[in-house]
Amino acid sequence: MSKHRLRGRGRVDASQPVVFTFDGKPYTGLKGDTVASALLAHGVHLMGRSFKYHRPRGAIAAGSEEPNALIGTRRGPGRFEPNTRATVQEIWDGLETNSQNKFPSLKWDVGAVNDAAYMLFSAGFYYKTFMWPRSFWDKVYEPFIRAAAGLGVSPSEEDPDTYASRYLYCDLLIVGAGPAGIAAAREAAGKGLSVVLVDENSEMGGTLLSEPQSKIDGKSAWTWLEDELAALKEAGVKLMTRTTAIGYYHENMIGMVEKLTDHLPTLPADTPRERMWRVRAKQVVLAQGALEKPLVFHGNDRPGVMLAGSAQTYLHRYGVKVGESPVVVTSHDSAWYAAFDLQAAGAYVQAIVDTRPQVRQDLQAEARTRGIPVKLGHTVTATGGRLRINTVRVNPLNGTHVGNGQWIKCDALLMSGGWTPSLHLFSHTKGSLIWDDDLTTFLPKDTPEDCIITGASRGLWGVEAALKDGSVRVGEALSKLGVEATVSDYTVADDRVGTGVTMRELPTDRSAGKAKAFVDFQNDVTAKDLRLAVREGMRSIEHVKRYTTNGMATDQGKMSNINGLNIAADALGKKQPQVGLTTFRPPYTPTTFGAFAGYHRGDHFEVVRKTQIDGWAEENAAVFEPVGQWRRARYFPKAGETMDQAVARECAATRASVGIFDASTLGKIEVVGPDAAEFVNRMYTNPFMKLAPGKCRYGLLLGDDGYIRDDGVIARISDERFHVTTTTGGAARVLTMMEDYLQTEWPDLNVWLTSTTEQWSTVAVNGPNAAKLLQPFVKDFALTEDNFPHMSCVEVEVAGYPARLWRVSFTGEIGFEINVPAPYGRALWETLWDAGQAYDITAYGTETMHVLRAEKGYIIVGQDTDGTVTPYDAGMGWAVGTKKADFVGMRGLKRPDLVAKNRKQLVGLVTEDQSCLEEGAQIVLDPNQPIPMKMVGHVTSSYHQGTTDHPIALALVEGGHSKMGETVYIPMPDRTIAAKVTGTVFVDPENARLKI
Amino acid sequence: MTRFNALNLVKNALTGHKNWTEQWPDSQPKTEYDVVIVGAGGHGLGAAYYLAKQHGITNVAVIDKGWLGGGNTGRNTTIIRSNYLYDESARLFDHALDLWQDLSQELNYNVMYSNRGCLMLAHTVHDVQSFKRHVHSNRLNGVDNRWLTPQECKEYCPPINIAPDARYPVMGGALQERAGTARHDAVAWGYARGAAERGVDIIQNCAVTAIRRHPDGSVAGVETEKGFIKAKKVAVSASGHNSMVMETAGVRLPLESTPLQALVSEPVKPIFPCVVMSNAVHAYCSQSDKGELVIGSGTDQYVSYSQRGGLPLIEHTVAAISEVFPIFNRMRMLRKWGGIVDNTPDRSAIIGKTPVQNLYVNCGWGTGGFKATPGAAHTLAWTVAKDEPHPINAPFTLDRFRTGRLIDEAAAAAVAH
Amino acid sequence: MIQIHCPYCGETLPELEFAYAGEAHIVRPESPSEQTDEEWAAFLFLRDNVKGPHFERWRHAHGCGRFFNAVRNTITDRFYITYKAGEPRPDLAKLLEESK
Repeated sequence: MSKHRLRGRGRVDASQPVVFTFDGKPYTGLKGDTVASALLAHGVHLMGRSFKYHRPRGAIAAGSEEPNALIGTRRGPGRFEPNTRATVQEIWDGLETNSQNKFPSLKWDVGAVNDAAYMLFSAGFYYKTFMWPRSFWDKVYEPFIRAAAGLGVSPSEEDPDTYASRYLYCDLLIVGAGPAGIAAAREAAGKGLSVVLVDENSEMGGTLLSEPQSKIDGKSAWTWLEDELAALKEAGVKLMTRTTAIGYYHENMIGMVEKLTDHLPTLPADTPRERMWRVRAKQVVLAQGALEKPLVFHGNDRPGVMLAGSAQTYLHRYGVKVGESPVVVTSHDSAWYAAFDLQAAGAYVQAIVDTRPQVRQDLQAEARTRGIPVKLGHTVTATGGRLRINTVRVNPLNGTHVGNGQWIKCDALLMSGGWTPSLHLFSHTKGSLIWDDDLTTFLPKDTPEDCIITGASRGLWGVEAALKDGSVRVGEALSKLGVEATVSDYTVADDRVGTGVTMRELPTDRSAGKAKAFVDFQNDVTAKDLRLAVREGMRSIEHVKRYTTNGMATDQGKMSNINGLNIAADALGKKQPQVGLTTFRPPYTPTTFGAFAGYHRGDHFEVVRKTQIDGWAEENAAVFEPVGQWRRARYFPKAGETMDQAVARECAATRASVGIFDASTLGKIEVVGPDAAEFVNRMYTNPFMKLAPGKCRYGLLLGDDGYIRDDGVIARISDERFHVTTTTGGAARVLTMMEDYLQTEWPDLNVWLTSTTEQWSTVAVNGPNAAKLLQPFVKDFALTEDNFPHMSCVEVEVAGYPARLWRVSFTGEIGFEINVPAPYGRALWETLWDAGQAYDITAYGTETMHVLRAEKGYIIVGQDTDGTVTPYDAGMGWAVGTKKADFVGMRGLKRPDLVAKNRKQLVGLVTEDQSCLEEGAQIVLDPNQPIPMKMVGHVTSSYHQGTTDHPIALALVEGGHSKMGETVYIPMPDRTIAAKVTGTVFVDPENARLKI
Repeated sequence: MTRFNALNLVKNALTGHKNWTEQWPDSQPKTEYDVVIVGAGGHGLGAAYYLAKQHGITNVAVIDKGWLGGGNTGRNTTIIRSNYLYDESARLFDHALDLWQDLSQELNYNVMYSNRGCLMLAHTVHDVQSFKRHVHSNRLNGVDNRWLTPQECKEYCPPINIAPDARYPVMGGALQERAGTARHDAVAWGYARGAAERGVDIIQNCAVTAIRRHPDGSVAGVETEKGFIKAKKVAVSASGHNSMVMETAGVRLPLESTPLQALVSEPVKPIFPCVVMSNAVHAYCSQSDKGELVIGSGTDQYVSYSQRGGLPLIEHTVAAISEVFPIFNRMRMLRKWGGIVDNTPDRSAIIGKTPVQNLYVNCGWGTGGFKATPGAAHTLAWTVAKDEPHPINAPFTLDRFRTGRLIDEAAAAAVAH
Repeated sequence: MIQIHCPYCGETLPELEFAYAGEAHIVRPESPSEQTDEEWAAFLFLRDNVKGPHFERWRHAHGCGRFFNAVRNTITDRFYITYKAGEPRPDLAKLLEESK
């Protein structure tokens, strides 16, 4: 049994010793311990170093509000996390922990020189210096500041754990399983409601776990707790421990994170480390309790100085005496009980120091009975000891006068500045707060959410008050849920109800400028820092906070906000509400990234859309590229081929005989109805009214601003049915745009739109032998120039599958696109592949498709256009139905800048030195001008693997259409390339190759 | 006003820091000003500073409904870069970047501008084309930006995952080395101190309720919670609230205000040496001087002034970070917050004159306002002082939405600012 | 995550199912070619962007696919009402009264 452990006390299991290490040294704790409680049982208070001054620090609290005792925790490779609160982390056999922010060791830390120079490092010091010489900031000052800052070290390996997420819908969610939360659950249970009770701790009970002396309705607190929780479970209430409500979002959506494995000695198979619950509750009860306030005095951060309530928790919940000869300093009754309980547990309390001149008689009497010296109307002005407190200086107070100090030896100093309600989640709801002068605290007022707040969160102290309030307040939620509100009465004996006064800095006889009285412990913000900030003109708490960093540590101000506010308000001579309260922001406690990411990691980060033919491509060694959510085969290299070699081969083979291409990712929209033609005619620039069934037409889609949005071939299947294709990435956008116009601008049109992208597999065969290859598979339909000219379509059977067969070409060769119901895609592909062997059929990917289409001057929307290009700019004025009354974008096209001279226009470029231009390279007219140069355009597409005898490029060039034959220049980092402006068609301008 | 330097810091340290004076006074409004600026963020305070410093106009008030620097100035992810595609944008942001370099010295206030470099990752062939277009355009505009291979990206920023089998593999990156970050609050405070020192009144907690016009249509002044204030000229620079303020002068703007969220992790020792932006995956990350990972999220889709923002967006943002930087999966989020950004249809700002005589506007910065702060402030001050735009902000007119001469960074590059 | 009532499906569902579609009641002019540049720019770009009750459009993108109109308070993000496309603009004063 460790030195400071009380046999038989607490809720730890004395029969189950647990061995863990801290900074390499093994310690034995008990099952149920946290790292902090186990270390304290061994008398180890020193657990960390502070952020700025690297001062030695111990645990000040016993829960998730801890700012000091932050450690690294490790479980083998990849499982390391910094900044874990030792007061929360449960121990298990083999857990490795280490202290942080120290070098070379926790006990001897060179960074502590900052502490000696603390006068320099006042609030905002870095705004005032490190400016000269200019270059030193990046090279010297900042690296130094950064190296000193930051607490633990980042993980360095990929996380092997998994994380889960779930939705949960319930009638009533109760956050916080202390007396108020349990009483609320009790009224709600058994009424046919789905009720969820959550608590961030490993056990439910809240304050009851630290106050076993109270008797509720005649039962001891812990017996009552056990019975109540069993009853709630029996009644179907979902009880969730180690589950933190991290944020309160719109309309009663609560984010909760459940920790599943961090407390287990061995990891269960197939269990996520944490689970994010997205809860939508009809009603919410917030019963998060209250947080104890530290007192602010010189030396209040020395290891061994701790919140009195936390000392109570260590004593009662863990059976650990945090000191054998503690002193208590307080301005609130509650800390007196810590003195009594520790004395009863065998410690020798050296003194109870209370700043108040008058304290309840019964408390004084009890102290006398227990033999504890009492000093009323006293203040604490200093502490002594290097890595652990060993003495405290206590001075009498006479009004504002501070008398001579007296040093009292001690090994712990337990402090209490009273309690402040936990309003974090309430504040997330945009709930309003009201200042209570008596309690010197903010209390909850109104919230727009269906949310009730109860217990200590409302400023009610004591178990009985909390129980009664929880029972009564939940009634409002129950009524709204349509069940009868009931109220239980509670009688609590030995309840510890107390009052107190709120202090700012404790009065001192020291020079205020030299006092290190900490308000934000982790960030080393002292009371004088706050006053300095006010002196320098920071008048709102937001400014004070940002200037001093008060409240910005990993406890997010749980320990510091209210003390900071009280001191700032005093310095300003204003009431606290006039100075404001900093906003509480989610998450309530720091939350693992993995819990937010959930399943969306690695392969599941975002869905990968694959065509039916994707498997064939994979088996045939395709290299893929992501295009939107799709993955597409980019090229099919043969052994040893580079991409360029493969693409050159694919291009040549397609122009020589036949190539096969998976075009299934193209967006497809079925436009059906009596007004289908009218609708397509209004949406696209081209005229569609007279397009005959069985014919295809290229369509250009603009926004109403006149710029190109999308394009694709549109087939008229019948009078009232169009098969529209879109770009791969644009499918959803185009359908949304069409639906928008149809539903809201032209609801009179009788048309239906259906996304059919995934209903069809589309196989494209292109090349001089395409018709020959395909003909045998087409049932009763001749693929001749007369019977099936370019830009035709027919519904026909292909290889036994029902198909929409199109005669279209994106390569300039004889081309067909065979659309079959999606599941037949691969079978069709393989049939053609096998038959194609006779023609040396070659599969090609997107890269070859890009080259072949560029040789024909066919644009790719999004590559050759960029959202600022009109059809005229793209040289596609022929696609604009100028005689139409209207189409989307028609008016936009007439805006002044869209008809201005010298717009950037799409042209071809051929380099004079036969080099291949880089896509994105910029074009100038005068290569010798100084930088910044006047740029007249850029290269949009450029290829050298194609079938022309020189590389080709497409480019947008100012006034390009009237610059044919002129030379432009492309300045590259190493040289300038000259290129001749040409038309955009490089292969077969007469379209002779399209003919069968 | 005490100069800020090491000597004075030491001197004051020895006297217990009792002699520091207010960095700016808490001014009450006078009845009349030459210029009233609505909105005491970095842009508005900076404009007041440059009006006083460079144009000799010191009878200026900066009025805010809350605390100075309390809007987007204090809520952003502090990324500063100028590697924009279009000449107009590159010039504006590079002008700002030039001013950033020496801003601490200019203001005698350490704004901690840190040349950490900004690396924009390309994950698709389209990204590669687009970013290379940026690199080339920037080079000819005199803006530094160079192309890195995936391996070079990894060397520059080791936490990046460059595995070729990633869902969105890194195919390269565009690096602007002059880009970086700064301490956002200090920018507002530094400008406030500099402006106040030159006679500018900074009036906090005084909402402007309306802009008043003379019968001839020109600006007469502003109605505020503290009464009417006469002004010869009024400049509105109120970020998310620009639409409301300008509406009172009868000017409708092409703006929509949306929530923008951001978050930080717990602080850790230096691990992340630069700014990384991954537009395809939506991951934006840097590390602050304090050691927190500073992470930008996207905008929610709807108009909102609630500053709440939803959980799904945050989940997606964090997933994106874990995807690009897998070692951070066990790090913890410390806090997240929301701001309100005003977006124009082309995602470029409007800085200049309005149809109302002597009324000027600086708006539509979307998610990109912080990096522009000195540039926006400087050109806005010029425009107000001379009643004509500086050549750098001349293209950023309100009229471009009529003519169609948009500066469409988003459409051109599919790049979020 | 806000919740939205689809007036076509008759159900209140999470925002994830919906896509925001900008300000409501902006009608595309009958004869665009007769519009001045100013009028066309106003139709394309000028928006109320109000702080408070906002008339706006949503699409039940992952549901019935219908566009509909809504009045939502942009300060609280709460909806006052959603209604089908083509229905008249509801009386705002009455809506505000009812929501009290």
